[in-house]
This record gives sequence, C-alpha cells and structure tokens, in this order.
Amino acid sequence: MTAGVLDKTKLAWWAVLAVVLVAIPFLMGDFYINLLSQVFIAVIFAASLNMLVGYGGLTSLGHAAYLGVAAYLSAWLFLKMGWSHLVTAPMAIVGTTLMACAFGWIALRATGLGFMMLTLALSQVLWGLAYRWVGVTDGDNGLRGLTRPAPFGIDLENTTAFYFFTLLVTVIALAMISRFVHSPFGAALKGTRDQPRRMSALGHSVWMIRWLTFVYSGFWGAVSGVMFVYYNKYIHPSSMALTSSAEALLGVIAGGSGTLAGPVVGAAIVVLLKNYVSGYVERWNMLLGFVFVFIVVFMPEGLVPGMHRLWNKLRAKKAVRDNAAGGGEKV
Amino acid sequence: MQFWVIQTLNSLSLGGLLFLLSSGFSLIFGLMRIANLTHGAFFMLGAYIGITIMKNWIPNLWLATLLGGVAIAIIGGLFERFVLRPLAGNSQGQVLVTLGVSLIIADLCLIVWGGDPIPIPTPESLRLPLRVMGLMFPAYRLAVVLIAILVGIALYLLIERTRLGAMIRAGVDDMQMARGVGIPVSRLFTTVFCLGAALAGMGGIIGGPIFSAYPGLDADMLPLALIVVILGGVGSLVGAFVGSFIIGFVYTFGIALLPDLAYVILFLPMIIVIAFRPRGLFGKVSA
Repeated sequence: MTAGVLDKTKLAWWAVLAVVLVAIPFLMGDFYINLLSQVFIAVIFAASLNMLVGYGGLTSLGHAAYLGVAAYLSAWLFLKMGWSHLVTAPMAIVGTTLMACAFGWIALRATGLGFMMLTLALSQVLWGLAYRWVGVTDGDNGLRGLTRPAPFGIDLENTTAFYFFTLLVTVIALAMISRFVHSPFGAALKGTRDQPRRMSALGHSVWMIRWLTFVYSGFWGAVSGVMFVYYNKYIHPSSMALTSSAEALLGVIAGGSGTLAGPVVGAAIVVLLKNYVSGYVERWNMLLGFVFVFIVVFMPEGLVPGMHRLWNKLRAKKAVRDNAAGGGEKV
Repeated sequence: MQFWVIQTLNSLSLGGLLFLLSSGFSLIFGLMRIANLTHGAFFMLGAYIGITIMKNWIPNLWLATLLGGVAIAIIGGLFERFVLRPLAGNSQGQVLVTLGVSLIIADLCLIVWGGDPIPIPTPESLRLPLRVMGLMFPAYRLAVVLIAILVGIALYLLIERTRLGAMIRAGVDDMQMARGVGIPVSRLFTTVFCLGAALAGMGGIIGGPIFSAYPGLDADMLPLALIVVILGGVGSLVGAFVGSFIIGFVYTFGIALLPDLAYVILFLPMIIVIAFRPRGLFGKVSA
C-alpha cells in the first residue's frame, strides 16, 4: 500500500475509485445507495474475519457472534436502558471486544479443526441465547424501534448521509486493517500461519500473536455489527446464525483470503447475489450452500488471486510475444 | 420428587440421543480428520425421512428407524465418495463443503416438508408411563436411554473386538502405517462415514417423539454435538458417551431451573474442560 502511493497509475485508479464512490449517491436511486451501504458493512465484517482466516490461518466459523452481540448490545442499551447513541456505540464495541478476549482465550486452546469447532460452538450458543433469552432479546421477534444516530447534527436517517457515514467507516476500517497486516506484527502473524513452530523457536509468542489478532478481529466485527444495526434499525437472532457466519466466510474465501481486496470483492458479491437472488427465489440458503461447494471445489484460492494470476499470465504471454516479435525484426 | 424423576429421565434420554449423534461425529473426526458439519442436517433429515416412512408405508417407529438409517447411510456414503473424496488432504476445504451441504440439506427439507413442526407419534406400547413406587416414569424416554446404551455397547464391541474395529483403530492412531500394512483405508473412510451418518439419522427418528421434526432442528443439535465432542475428546467413544450424558443433564436441568440462561450454562462444562484439558476428557490427541 505505502509503496503503491508512489506508483502513478495506481494513484490514478484510486482517484477514479474515490470519485466514483463519492459521485454514486448523486447519480443513483435510493435502492442502490442502500445496497452499497449494505455492501460496505459486509466489507468491514468480511475484512475483520479475513485477518483471522487469511492472515492468521485460523478459520473461524463463528464470526457472526461479534456482529450479533455488538448489534444486540447497542440495541438493548438504547431501548431498555434508554442511553444515547453516543454512549451505546462505544459500550457495544468495547463490550463485544471484551467478549472476543474471552472467546479468543477459549477458542485458541486449539488450532485448525478444533478452532473451527470451538468458534462454531461458541457462536451457536450465543445464537440459541438470542432466541431463548426472551426477557433481554425479545426472542424471535427481535429488537425493533431503533433509530440511527445524528452525529454533529447530520441525521443518518437520510440515505445519502448514511452512505457517506458507512463509506467513511469502511475506509477507516480498511486502512487500519491494512496497516495492521503490513506492520511487523502482521508479518509475525503470517509467520505463525505458515510456520508456527519456527516462529515459536525464534522466540515469538505464537499464542499471544494469535490472541491479539483474534481480539482485533472481534473489534472490527463489533464495529460492523453497530453499523449493521444502524442500517437495519432492527436485530434478529438470525443475524447471529451459522448462515451469517457462513456468508462472511464465503465472502472472504470467494474473494481470496489473505489479500486485502479479496474480502471487499467477495463480500460485495455475496451481498449483491443475496439481494438480487432473493428478489426472484426464496432459496438463498440453498444457493449459498451451492456457491460454497462450488468455490471450495473449483476456486479454492478465491477470485482476486485467481484473476491476478490470470492477468499475470496474460501479461507474461504478451511480453513473450513482444519479445519474439522484437527478436524477429533483429534477425 | 416427580419433577426430579422426570427431569433426570429427560436428561438421560437427551444424553442418549446426543450420544447417537456425537459418536458418529467423533468416529468420523477421529479417522478422517473432518469436522462433519452436515451431522446436524443428517439428524434432521433422518427425522423427516422417518416421518415420511411412517406416514406412507410402515407405521412402525422401529422399522422406520432402521430404514431411515439405511437411507441416511446411503446419502452419507454418496456424499463422502463424490464430494469429500476429491478434496482429500484439504481438511479445511472439506469442512467448508460439509457446511455448504448442510445448508443445502436444511433448505431442501424446508422445501419438501414445509416450515411447520411435524410430530412423530410415540409407539403405542410405550405411551403409558411406568408406575414404580408411586412415581411415573415416561416409558418412551426409558426406551431411548436403553437404546443408546445398547448402541454404545455395540459400538464398543465393534471398535474393540472386531477386525473392522481394529482397522479403524489403526487408522485413527497412524493413518500412514495403516495404509502401509495394507489396510484399505479408503474403503474404511466410506464405511465409517456411512456408519456415522446412519447413527445421526436414526438418532433423528428416535428423537422424533421427543423433539418432533422442524426446520432448525439441525442448528439446534449440531452445537450440542460439537460441545459433547469437545468435552469428551475427539475420536473417543467413551468420551462421546460421557460427554453426551453430561451435556444432557446440564442442558435439561439448565432449561428446567434457569430457562433463560440454559444456553450460557452449556458453556460452563466446556470452558472448564478446555481450560484444564484442551484435548477433552478422554481424547488422545488435541483437535
């Protein structure tokens, strides 16, 4: 990223992207603006999961727990305690991050499949709690009657204002996550993914590196949860269900885990697919399942690395052809 | 007193059903190193298939259980052969595929059987409670406990006393050596997967008179099975047995005494075990 700033073509592309993202609300209808806001929230969520899955090699099947708990906390504090958004948002994020501290401690007793099972079990227990602890969560009815905040007098009930708010949060999130994975700590994290024993022989505390990543990932998951509840103004236990974790994981894997752009592309595809398909058929879960199987079987590395490889191949071919042509003239 | 008797029996019968579910899960995990997330879906599919068999062909729960078990075993075998096998060696990919397939099965059940819970009738002969010393014991739940214990003994004998069991144990302990001495590990995988799936499916049918069949049954049962296996230790039959009954008691009494927080109480045994013994109570290797 930092090296990319010097690269003029890259800079131009970023500028184009920025202009497009800023211009969209003035060109498109509310439906599309809302759709993009949803994409942004899913992007934060998937990017937070990607730190664990892609950079840490720790496949979590229960990431929806952080989105869900943050959303529930924010909603519950607002509705039942009557606190203002200024208090509930930080409380929800801090509370969820603390939960990630505890869950990380439990889940990281294992790695690999054990880690998957523990994260899944933990999140499913929370899902069951959300359904059955009716006194707090209103069970299957979900918590409704929420509002969006109005920071600095800008009312986020306005679609465009909310779009820019989520865009801002997403840019900050991606910048922070990018900073994280490109830091020396991020390098150490990748080390624990590829060679845990060597890392530990080099004197790194593998467990601590993983745990801190887990907590940081939970933190951004919580942020996406607060954004999620602001967008929907409603929270239901299904947001914490396995399907929700699976959607995020699909976004990460489909886009390409362990790359920054992967979860962005993947999450966007999942949200768009979900929105368009559910307009035609009710069978989103089945489609999700099929896409899952398809991606794992046919495109295990994900779209972004796949396309990257294809692009490099094409360029290499072109270079070879140019060279051959150049060589031909000489002879 | 009656309350405690009933709750104890409920705990035991839930424990028995969990054993049917988690023993297969644990065997598959131990041998194939796959966390089979379709297991909850097999349980639910078993319940639905059992109902269909009983409604249309044979109104006998036990025969339906056997037939349903065979059906799920076939489905499991096909799934293992044609979907999981090409991904051999990529255990993360395999787990993700089981997740995808569990979503597909759950949605298929919703299409075929609809969204309303379908009860499975209790067999005629077990409808009346047993009366002993002025206390009532629901007969069906006693039968479920009995079945679970019989299945447990049968599995134990299968694993410890037969040639097939010896091959499975060899595969669990050291896959490469097992292959090296000529054990057909590949066929073993399919056999164990079918067996595990069949146990889950039969659990679903036997559990039918207690739970009914409803959408979401899979998502309700899978975490319980995971917790049982984490608690008892992966790949261990004894662990699955003990873990099932611990969770059966914790969950049932949790719901009876603290209905709101039963799910939180589920955490406790798992956290205690994970804290002091990450491999689980009876596990040989950590997951």
